[in-house]
Amino acid sequence: MPHIDLPAGFPGISAGLTYRPETAKPMRELAHILLHEPNSLTPGERELIATYVSSRNDCHFCQSSHGAAAACHLGDASVVDKVKADFQSAPVGDKLKALLVIAGKVQQDGKLVTPADVAAARAHGATDMEIHDTVLIAAAFCMFNRYVDGLGTWQPRDPDLYAQMGKQLAEEGYVAPSIRQPVGAH
Amino acid sequence: MPHIALDPDKPGIRGAMAFRPETARPLNALVEVLLTGPSTLTRGERELIATYVSSRNCTRYCHSIHGAIAAVHLGGDEALVRQVKTDFMQAAVSDKLKALLAIAGKVQQDGKLVTAADVEAARAHGATDLEIHDTVLIAAAFCMYNRYVDGLDTVQPDDEALYRERGKRVAREGYVTVSEEYLGAAAH
Repeated sequence: MPHIDLPAGFPGISAGLTYRPETAKPMRELAHILLHEPNSLTPGERELIATYVSSRNDCHFCQSSHGAAAACHLGDASVVDKVKADFQSAPVGDKLKALLVIAGKVQQDGKLVTPADVAAARAHGATDMEIHDTVLIAAAFCMFNRYVDGLGTWQPRDPDLYAQMGKQLAEEGYVAPSIRQPVGAH
Repeated sequence: MPHIALDPDKPGIRGAMAFRPETARPLNALVEVLLTGPSTLTRGERELIATYVSSRNCTRYCHSIHGAIAAVHLGGDEALVRQVKTDFMQAAVSDKLKALLAIAGKVQQDGKLVTAADVEAARAHGATDLEIHDTVLIAAAFCMYNRYVDGLDTVQPDDEALYRERGKRVAREGYVTVSEEYLGAAAH
């Protein structure tokens, strides 16, 4: 049960965002720019970074919804599971692997990122902007995950709900709510 | 030295924000609502929560600048800010704020650590749902800002006077307004 009186039937972050529209607006905009707007990293790659960080933070709602969005962009759900389990052996590019190393360190503590980590990403073609966005996506999901978990939000276990949400996030992005009305009793 | 080509004259989050004005705009808008917008928590209390979380994350730039801003709002009481960073249970702050800092400290580690008992304790000292919500989000947001500042290895000066001066200006003008100096029209 949520720690505060959040609107019923809104899963995960949608409850917090609906409860407090003033803070929801910049949070939605940030996610939209980082994950959905044009970028030299594909939307699938960026959603994988978000999913990986959320998985390491053990946030069920965020890793499921962003995992579903990543699967939608990539047309392949098995890649998402492989990245969560062991990205070094996943069928993704070496550049993305190097960026996931950086993201994993930011998830723990930004100070753990070394010049060698950054040089490795550059050696595989990562630009300064891609390194910046990787650090900020990882940092932002350390916020989103804590927000979702810290309020004790309702995090359903129904995979169909996430598949539907992922499709909508992949197609429309983050500015408009993906959950517009309560999604059933809980 | 920063991991990417940031302007060396802009320390901490300023260099990162100037590098990417598109993300700087919502980042500033969020901190503006949380720390300066209408709230039943005072600006001093909210800055103390931000300072405490940043201190636990060991992010010098953030805990120094927000500590300086907190001190301005608390009548210049820098000793109180230091006490909150070291051991807030012994600090001369209200029981409500202590209960909220306990929640913030758990969110800093992992949101799942917050218990119904923690929330009940805050309520018993008069905290409202909105105050609990904002405490969780301030703590979560500073886990982002701190990682952003540290993860890019931004320049984080150790000169307290620099933060003291900057803190006065931010306390007076707010986050969005001061960001205009390095974001220009992109701040809007």
